[in-house]
Amino acid sequence: MTMLRESQIMKIHYITGIAALFVVAVHIIMRLIMPYDMSLEYENVIANYHNIPYVILLESILVLIAIHGFNGLRVILLELRQSKAWEDGVTILTIAAMMGVIAYGTRTIIVVNGMGFE
Amino acid sequence: MTEQVIEKIETMDKKRAREKHEKEHPKSSVTLKIYRANRLAGERAHYDSIEVPVQRWTTVLDALLYAKEYKDASIGIRYSCRMASCGSCGMKINGIPRLACYTKVSELEGSTITVEPLANFPHIRDLVTDFSQFFAHHRDMQPYIQNEQADIKDMNKLSEFMQSPEDLDKFLQFSYCIKCGLCYSACPTVATDTKFPGPQALSQAYRYFIDNRDTAGKERTKIVDDRHGIWRCHFAGSCSSVCPKGVDPALGIQLLRGHLLGFSKNEKKNAELKERLKREGD
Repeated sequence: MTMLRESQIMKIHYITGIAALFVVAVHIIMRLIMPYDMSLEYENVIANYHNIPYVILLESILVLIAIHGFNGLRVILLELRQSKAWEDGVTILTIAAMMGVIAYGTRTIIVVNGMGFE
Repeated sequence: MTEQVIEKIETMDKKRAREKHEKEHPKSSVTLKIYRANRLAGERAHYDSIEVPVQRWTTVLDALLYAKEYKDASIGIRYSCRMASCGSCGMKINGIPRLACYTKVSELEGSTITVEPLANFPHIRDLVTDFSQFFAHHRDMQPYIQNEQADIKDMNKLSEFMQSPEDLDKFLQFSYCIKCGLCYSACPTVATDTKFPGPQALSQAYRYFIDNRDTAGKERTKIVDDRHGIWRCHFAGSCSSVCPKGVDPALGIQLLRGHLLGFSKNEKKNAELKERLKREGD
C-alpha cells in the first residue's frame, strides 16, 4: 500500500516542518502586538478568528503541523515492529487521525469565525 | 562553581598521572573478561575472566588467541587475516565495536578488557555472530557495476570506461569497506528496525550510484527509497566513528538522500542529457 514513494513523503515532511516554523513564528509574533495577557483575552481571541488573513494563518498552522506531526508519528511507529499488517495499519491510522484533526480544527475555525452560520 | 573547577582539575591531574604511569610501566598482563554463551547447547550466558601476558604490541586478538591456545580451547572466535583486511574479528571491546586484530591492548584503559559479541547480529556462540542478514542487505543493493553498454558476450564492443580522478574521488572511500559489520552493530536504527539495510549497505548503494560507469542508479534508488530504507537513518553518526577503515557511511547516506530529494547535482543525469542533445543535434 504505497501511493507515494518514501522520498516524496519525506520531502513533504521537511517542507511542512520548515513552513510550520515560519507560520508559528508569525503566530507568536502576533501575540506581541499588544500586551501578552491582553492578546489572550476572550474578545481578542475571537477577534482573531474574524480576521480572514489570520484565519488563513491558523488553518495553515493546523494543516502543516498535522501533516508533519502525524508523519513523524508514523515514522516512529514503523520502527517498532516490522510486518506488512503493522506498517499498513500505522499508515492508515495516522492518515485517518491527521484528517480527523484537520477536519475538527477546520470546523472550530469555521464555527468561531461564524462563516455560513450567521 | 570553584569547587567544581578544582574537582575537574584534580580529575585531569589524576588522569595524566595514570597515563604517565601506564607509559612508564607498560602492562605485563591483562584480564580478558570474555562473554561466553552457547544457547544451542543450553549453556547460559556468563563471563569468563582469563589473565593473559601482553607486550606493547599485543592486540586483543593476540590476547584472545593466547587464551584459546593456553587457557581455554573452547572459546568461540572468528578471525582470519589478523591485519584488518578481512573484517572477521569484529567484536565489542570495552563496549565499543572494534576489530580485535586492529585494537592494541596498550591503547585500552584499565587492566581488564571486556570482549563481547557484536550487537544487532544474531548470536551463535561466544564471540561469534551470524552475518546472514547483514550480507543479505548488502546483496539487496546490487553491489556491482551494471552497464548495458558493457556486453561481455560481444568482444568487439568491449572498451574502456574512462574515469577522471575526480570521478574516482566520489566513491573511493566507500570502496574501502571490508564488510566487518562494525557500523551495522553500532547503528541505533538497526537495533530497532531489522528491515533497515544499515549503514554498510546504504553507503555501498551510494558507492555504486555515484560511480559514473554504473547505469542502474534508478533501480538502486528504488531499493533504498522504501519505508524501511534510507529515510530511517537518524544520523547518529556512530557508524562513521567505529569504522576501522576510515569510511564515512553517514556521509554516503546523507549524499544519497540529497540525490533523492533533488538537492544534489546529478552529474550522471546531466551527462546523459548532454549526450542525448548531442545525438539529437547530429
